[in-house]
Amino acid sequence: MKIIVAIKQVPDRDAQIRIAPSGKWIEESNLQYALNEPDAYALEEALQLKEKHGGEVVVLSAGPERVGQTIREALAKGADRAIHIDCDDLGSRDALGVARLLAAAIKQESPDLILTGLQSEDLGLGQTGVIVAELLGLPHATLILHIEKTEAGLTVKREMEEGWFQTIELPTPAVLTIQSGGNKLRYATLMGIKRAKTKEVRRVTAAELAVDAASVVVLERVTLPHKQKSTQILSGSPKEAAAALVEKLKFEARVL
Amino acid sequence: MSSILVVLEERQSRIANISYEAIAAATQLAAQSGASVIAVLIGASTESHAAEVAARGVNRVIRVEHPLLAHYTADGFSLALQQLIQKESPAQVVLPHTYQVRDYAPALAARFGQTLISDVVAIGVAAESGPVFTRQLMQGRLNADYRPTGDGPCFISVQAGAFRADAPNPAETSATIATFTPTIETAQIRTKPGEPFRGSSQTVDLASAQLIVSVGRGIKDAENIPLVQNLATALGAELAASRPICDNGWLSMDHQVGSSGQTVSPKLYLAVGISGAIQHLVGMKGSQCIVAINKDADAPIFEVADYGIVGDLFEVVPALTEAIKAARK
Repeated sequence: MKIIVAIKQVPDRDAQIRIAPSGKWIEESNLQYALNEPDAYALEEALQLKEKHGGEVVVLSAGPERVGQTIREALAKGADRAIHIDCDDLGSRDALGVARLLAAAIKQESPDLILTGLQSEDLGLGQTGVIVAELLGLPHATLILHIEKTEAGLTVKREMEEGWFQTIELPTPAVLTIQSGGNKLRYATLMGIKRAKTKEVRRVTAAELAVDAASVVVLERVTLPHKQKSTQILSGSPKEAAAALVEKLKFEARVL
Repeated sequence: MSSILVVLEERQSRIANISYEAIAAATQLAAQSGASVIAVLIGASTESHAAEVAARGVNRVIRVEHPLLAHYTADGFSLALQQLIQKESPAQVVLPHTYQVRDYAPALAARFGQTLISDVVAIGVAAESGPVFTRQLMQGRLNADYRPTGDGPCFISVQAGAFRADAPNPAETSATIATFTPTIETAQIRTKPGEPFRGSSQTVDLASAQLIVSVGRGIKDAENIPLVQNLATALGAELAASRPICDNGWLSMDHQVGSSGQTVSPKLYLAVGISGAIQHLVGMKGSQCIVAINKDADAPIFEVADYGIVGDLFEVVPALTEAIKAARK
């Protein structure tokens, strides 16, 4: 089975986020980046499928130079090779525009299966995988926790809301978006990190893929959210703050 | 007259409240543009809900019916709604931001060369350029305003709880109800969905708990869980968690609070090391009193908290456990 995993580099979860002077995006200088966690689960699922059934795992990522680091991490975890769509204007493309880039690169590879995380931790649009399926004319399923290969194609476990699940059968090639928690994530081994250095990373530019970059949705302004409640922050040493909180819970909120 | 389509979702044989919230969002858009609001029911048999929806202050109700829509599939729903949108040419299509909508709406929008503006929390107006849609970025740390610039229909999905659904008004004149029959062939539906089933048996009943201590990623390691367990025990509270804790297997899945877990509304919800991603907030923001302990003063959890302690949970939690024990003596 040839599997492509579309991964995204996102600001690290613990990074300090500041709004850029333009007011249209976040300040990117000195920002720490990491692999989008749902995509890490997609990669894990792909690696396990390969271990079971053989084949190849190719990671695909779009973005500027710095994305190379995240791609190396995925190779160190066990992906066989990578495709880096080199583009500096990812932020100005909408979800359809980014999906067009990915779909164009995937088309050249004719994979059996395309996996990606259900959403990104930065934009959280949760659409890329579904649009890629639409553009490639492939069936898809979302929020998948488990994949089983069958004679006819795939049987997958889909998460629904409020603790419900569903099994879906679908033919391959197909696109699946992966929900977190289906597997335990692996760490890269020292040997893996060493091997990653010799693995192929093919670079292709957005221009070479010749896709339409026009956006139909524009991000105009980034702001800090309004607080829904006024929070009383209890300060002091841990001991003082704890004592103050107990007082508040007992006599003000009356919940103790 | 231009129109706004609102696609309603049936869940467990009823129209979920989030669908009425989507109607509220559409009504807000209609107030700006003067468009008519058309509620859309979709399935194999939609008659039972049509009258109920017709009394919800919409201008028209359209029942999209076909035997192949009996069970939700992305292929069936996309195809049926694509045909309806082509016929009605609405200015906007408003959907509730549910797991089901996330599964098909991005593809549906792409068929019209559009991008769905997903998980919208507010709608504003810019004088000349029409509506502006606000959605969250960076796990709720920031808000972003999006403006559609295309010519085609604009697709938006609205976040649960972001718009207030109007109560049914018996005095409201009922809207007209029409049926639309899409053309769908069996072969066009490529996925075969199974019946929904419940996950592992629920042994932790958080829904009826009065006091909940909930733990998130900030706890760092499975071996630190007893720290919050001790706090829960001292309080006489149930222990709950955000999704990453359950994903890692540090607590079983039935401890999970949020959109994919349980929805809770205790007297006290004490969030320890939880940043407050929207998927978590929707499961607990109805709590009577919310306390957050987090090292990051900008964490979104503080937007819904009544009381907060900004600090290292490994110092604050033991101190709080002792303070509660002392207060209970």
